Amino acid sequence: MRARPVACWLLAAVVAIAGCTVVDAGGDNGGDAGGTLATAAQARPRPLQQGSAFAPASLRALQADEFENPGMLWVARGAKLWQQAEGPDARSCASCHGDARSMRGAATRYPQVDRASGRLLNLDGRIMQCRSERQKAEPLAWESEPLLALGAYVAFQSQGLPLRPSIDGVARPFFERGRDRYQQRVGQMNLSCSQCHDSNWGRQLGPETISQGHGTGYPVYRLEWQGAGSLQRRLRSCLSGVRAEMFPYGAQEHLELELYLAWRAEGLALEAPGVRR
Amino acid sequence: MVVRVRIPDIVRRGQPFDVRIAIQHVMETGYRLDHSGRTIARNVIHTLVARYDGVEVYRAELGSGIAANPYLQFWITAPASGVLELSWVDDAGVAGSERVPVTVRD
Repeated sequence: MRARPVACWLLAAVVAIAGCTVVDAGGDNGGDAGGTLATAAQARPRPLQQGSAFAPASLRALQADEFENPGMLWVARGAKLWQQAEGPDARSCASCHGDARSMRGAATRYPQVDRASGRLLNLDGRIMQCRSERQKAEPLAWESEPLLALGAYVAFQSQGLPLRPSIDGVARPFFERGRDRYQQRVGQMNLSCSQCHDSNWGRQLGPETISQGHGTGYPVYRLEWQGAGSLQRRLRSCLSGVRAEMFPYGAQEHLELELYLAWRAEGLALEAPGVRR
Repeated sequence: MVVRVRIPDIVRRGQPFDVRIAIQHVMETGYRLDHSGRTIARNVIHTLVARYDGVEVYRAELGSGIAANPYLQFWITAPASGVLELSWVDDAGVAGSERVPVTVRD
């Protein structure tokens, strides 16, 4: 029976050490969860590195091979849909935009504020808007296969171009809310995006190397999904990972986060369709 | 079902060349359960055959171990210009095919 208090002390020590580790992890972050950032420069990881830079070599090779990249199947379907007439006036995307090469650079400027409605739109949101307002066709659902295909096709046109979103003027309030949400601790694990992707990128989380959290490869083909998915699907995976409530597809929270992420990755080349684990 | 097929730009008479094919397909293993605990029926592309001018030159039998959106690469030779026809069928009975004209140069 005399050994028992010793064991308890040991247990208490372990708990204390574990507790310290958690506090330290928060400390790395400047302890400003939900607060203001010291300077803009500090908010971007240095040096900026693509998501693919953290993937194993085999996956990078899969992404780089234009034929083997499974995401290209979605691009190929998108190319067909681009030409497909829809709605009462039988208009296709090509009827207005012509060859999809005219879209080169478009994906680098999203999310952006729609001038007419004042809403923040990501690329998928813009395609959905085009489809229902211009083509007057059956609306596309978030995360549906045709939307992913069209999104992949349009994003593919900008492959290799640097991201350059606008966060000024009307976009500013959206950006600030996205930035605050990025720093906000959420879920049962009480983690913010920043704690993994600013403070601990490059380190191991199980078998996975934590990336800087850039959305430059989206829509992306993930082996885990055995299919293509949007950045919002990835954000939902992250939220589920920290045991937080997931935002629904198309939610304002997603779009604002996407704008912040785009600003954070500004200058990195778009690499859609990316391939991830 | 989206399919991509690629052969080299230049095919030489009697020289091996590679055929690459990627097919968008769920390749459902038959081992997964749905939300009610029922088995999701297996649905994989179980057979893929390549014929060159009607002559079978390649055959693949696939199973549950092949990932979704299968990608295959194989080498064949062509004695003369002709048509390469790839055809496949899955467990649900859905078949697909793709014809690729091959021009042989000396």
